Amino acid sequence: MASCSQLDAVKGAKVLMVGAGGIGCELLKTLALSGFEDIHVIDMDTIEVSNLNRQFLFRQSHVGQSKAKVARDAVLKFRPHINITPYHANVKSPEFNVEFFKQFSVVLNGLDNLDARRHVNRLCLAAEVPLVESGTTGFLGQVTVHIKGKTECYECQPKPTPKSYPVCTITSTPSKYVHCVVWAKDLLFAKLFGDRNQVNDLNVHSSDDGDTSKSTEDVFERNQNEDPEKYGRRIYDHVFGYNIELALANEETWINRKKPRPIYMKDVLPIESFQQNGKLDNCIKEDVAISAMQVVGLTNPQDIWSLAENTKVFFEALRLFIEKREKDIGNLTFDKDDQLAVEFVTAAANIRASSFGIPMHSLFETKGIAGNIVHAVATTNAVIAGLIVIEAVKVLQGDFCNCRMTYCLEHPSRKMLLMPVEPFEANKSCYVCSEKPLLLELNTQKYRLRDFVEKIVRNKLGMNLPLVMIGANLIFEAGDDLEDDVAANYARNLEKVLAELPTPVTSGTVLTVEDLQQELTCNIVIKHREEFDEEKEPDEMVLTGWNAPNKESRFTSNGESSTHSAQVSERTETTVDTDTGRERSVITGTKRKLSEIEAASDNSEIQSLKPNSANHETPQQVIDNDDDEDDIVMLDAFPEAGKKKKVEVS
Amino acid sequence: MDGEELTAQQTALYDRQIRVWGVDAQKRLSKANVLVSGLNGTLAEFCKNVVLAGVGSLTLMDDRLVSDDDLRSNFLIPPDEAKKSGGSLAEVYCNSLKEFNPMVHVSVEKGNLTQFHGDLFDKFDAVVVSCCTLKEKRMINEKCRERDRRIAFYTVECRDSCGEIFVDLQNYTYAQKKSDDNVKYHLEYPSFQEAISVPWRDLPRKTTKTYFAMRVLEHFEYFHNRKYGETSASDLPIVLNLRKTLCDEQGVNESLIPEKLLDHLLSAGAKEHPPVCAILGGILGQEVIKAISGKGDPLKNFFYFDAADGKGIIEDISPVSKH
Ligand SMILES: [Zn+2]
Repeated sequence: MASCSQLDAVKGAKVLMVGAGGIGCELLKTLALSGFEDIHVIDMDTIEVSNLNRQFLFRQSHVGQSKAKVARDAVLKFRPHINITPYHANVKSPEFNVEFFKQFSVVLNGLDNLDARRHVNRLCLAAEVPLVESGTTGFLGQVTVHIKGKTECYECQPKPTPKSYPVCTITSTPSKYVHCVVWAKDLLFAKLFGDRNQVNDLNVHSSDDGDTSKSTEDVFERNQNEDPEKYGRRIYDHVFGYNIELALANEETWINRKKPRPIYMKDVLPIESFQQNGKLDNCIKEDVAISAMQVVGLTNPQDIWSLAENTKVFFEALRLFIEKREKDIGNLTFDKDDQLAVEFVTAAANIRASSFGIPMHSLFETKGIAGNIVHAVATTNAVIAGLIVIEAVKVLQGDFCNCRMTYCLEHPSRKMLLMPVEPFEANKSCYVCSEKPLLLELNTQKYRLRDFVEKIVRNKLGMNLPLVMIGANLIFEAGDDLEDDVAANYARNLEKVLAELPTPVTSGTVLTVEDLQQELTCNIVIKHREEFDEEKEPDEMVLTGWNAPNKESRFTSNGESSTHSAQVSERTETTVDTDTGRERSVITGTKRKLSEIEAASDNSEIQSLKPNSANHETPQQVIDNDDDEDDIVMLDAFPEAGKKKKVEVS
Repeated sequence: MDGEELTAQQTALYDRQIRVWGVDAQKRLSKANVLVSGLNGTLAEFCKNVVLAGVGSLTLMDDRLVSDDDLRSNFLIPPDEAKKSGGSLAEVYCNSLKEFNPMVHVSVEKGNLTQFHGDLFDKFDAVVVSCCTLKEKRMINEKCRERDRRIAFYTVECRDSCGEIFVDLQNYTYAQKKSDDNVKYHLEYPSFQEAISVPWRDLPRKTTKTYFAMRVLEHFEYFHNRKYGETSASDLPIVLNLRKTLCDEQGVNESLIPEKLLDHLLSAGAKEHPPVCAILGGILGQEVIKAISGKGDPLKNFFYFDAADGKGIIEDISPVSKH
């Protein structure tokens, strides 16, 4: 197989690897061993402890350093004479433009989030460079090949959208533990420790709302010099006691549901036990990571704590935030590597679960759900990296008709653990690789240009540096190198509703949006519509075209709820690996409803096949929009997928 | 599972994989001892995978000195240091692997596995060999089988773009969750000798051709006193004769084993294709982890990968009584 032509193709190739994480480490090693001599690697992340069980080029002593650079040094140790060029940078930064991409013979993705994958897909299309894309989750993985004009692009098939929950399920009628975690993380934690300007649906709206909203808002403010103990008790009784009582008053809600039980602190923990806790305070050493469970005397993150233990952890965590991390309060976003934050969310989620008769869970499990942590093992990454190189070599030899997309399965399907499938043809209505316009229904009298740019152009269409035109008139352009008067003009436009722009948008208007970095242009036909269903269409718009309308985008939540969704997508190695550094782009000063927070968790990108169907050549994408954890559309051969789905949810 | 809890350090390091196979499996892994013999690029991949996963110990056997061929497909051998040190392959591997995971005890055992006394095997939960002749495979497999406790036995071979894994778990029982119930499964594995003695005529028509080609090669190396992989394209005429003899004996048509495939395997010799090493080492690593941890259904009993068609195939080649 390693024929002369193959070796020549490999030696002469200049390849770009995007991602030096789980798949990336394996890939860089296998590329180097296979004879590649000019490899460029982009990764913005730094090394973390939880990477070390599979990202074998990294050691404990490298924690905190650039993945791309350390990976390069490690590979040069056994292949000293090849060229590896590392970039410790975000692949979305402007330096990596179409010109940059054009210098490569093939691009190999070992990425961990949907957002970056879409971006690279567009650059590869624009630069006309073949792309080999990959992903893993647990024992599952896939490798696909995307060549402009020959196969589908990465975005030809709609990607599974993150799971979302109706707002009321989270605020009033949770039925699963994950609902409690979302509540604890995106409502309670965000309310107490996050940006106070964020609108938050934490308080239950009673039928006679009126003025009470103002007074309940204040419950969460800690009065100056208020004793943390007293404050904690007040919060606890309010959210687990009073709010539940309030919800119970809406009798209709509970006709077909089990009623929750209000929980007050005095019933769970007698006063004396607090004072004991207070004394334990002295035991905390400053150099140890601040941990509430330690103070309370809990050691095993796998244990499920009792209601009393959760209550203690809740209370201690709150107190520790106030006493040890006061500076952080007001600008925290949930971070799964923040031990105290995880402890607080675990305790709060469990207390709420207990109130609603939902089984409680361990800190380990809660961390996985809240942090969108995706399962990852070294072996699958190694196999996938091997498959990537095999495809890359075919691409380099121009052997396109033998390119395959390959699925790595956990259980054999038709005797196969590694199942190659012929690549698909491009989807003719793909807005990314075809010229097909999209249809957008919205109320042009109400919808502001700002929302159009943020929620539709950036979030839905995945553009990074967009400009918006109506006919030949430029009405908005992203970027910080604009003339002052132009920037001021755009700023004014952003605040206007579409119908009142200098070139008014009405039904039938075609908006052209363009991303100069991605070299992607897309036409959007506007259809004016007055009314939208609050529950089913909370975004107050419907975008159709390449993608099926998202039935249930109601409450999507992600690792960091207050960040801009397009940038949030917790990172995964394929899908997978959330642990790494995070991109933060907090929109400050913008008030948004939780229901509008969208996130692009992308952990569910493993496409699947129906194993025993005669039509095995047609893999089907799994789209998991349902709330039920058992509805895996995937193979029965994919039991892990069930677990995975649960985890990626939050 | 009872016993000690994982340490905080272990929990932090293994977080992502514990989410895949659970704490109990991780505890069992951390108590398991794996022996590896006949080191090549595929086993380098395998060793990396089980060390990262956190087995208790890994023992390496291979007294050969580092050659240029070893360097070609290997990331465990830093080219300059290795030659200077003059150490054995096992020693060089050991030094590199130690760094991958300080919680795993990696060590070297000198000697030849075929000469080992049975009780030495008792220390191990799994024995994995590569670069072995037919005779050696049989002997080591039998030694594992003679012991009172079960010792899982694996062979792996990578001949350029083609690979084969063989698994013998003897009598293996494991539990699988089926909609809340734990269903027990029992598998009976044949030994290597029993497996390759299954008449070819009895095998399903769709059995991968690589299986038969590997048997022909194995016999060729055996009859002509070659070391593992000591072949070249010039051996083809003799091998084609052997193919005829074997196929006649078995009552099957020679076309079962394409000449092109034999030619390819002979030319490859012991040379490995790195992406295929990664794939075989990954699958094999996962199988050993499954067998040790009791999590997941293990493959029975052969696995094939061929980069030419990209398929990774499981074949169950067992006498009727062990199906
Ligand atoms: Zn497309």
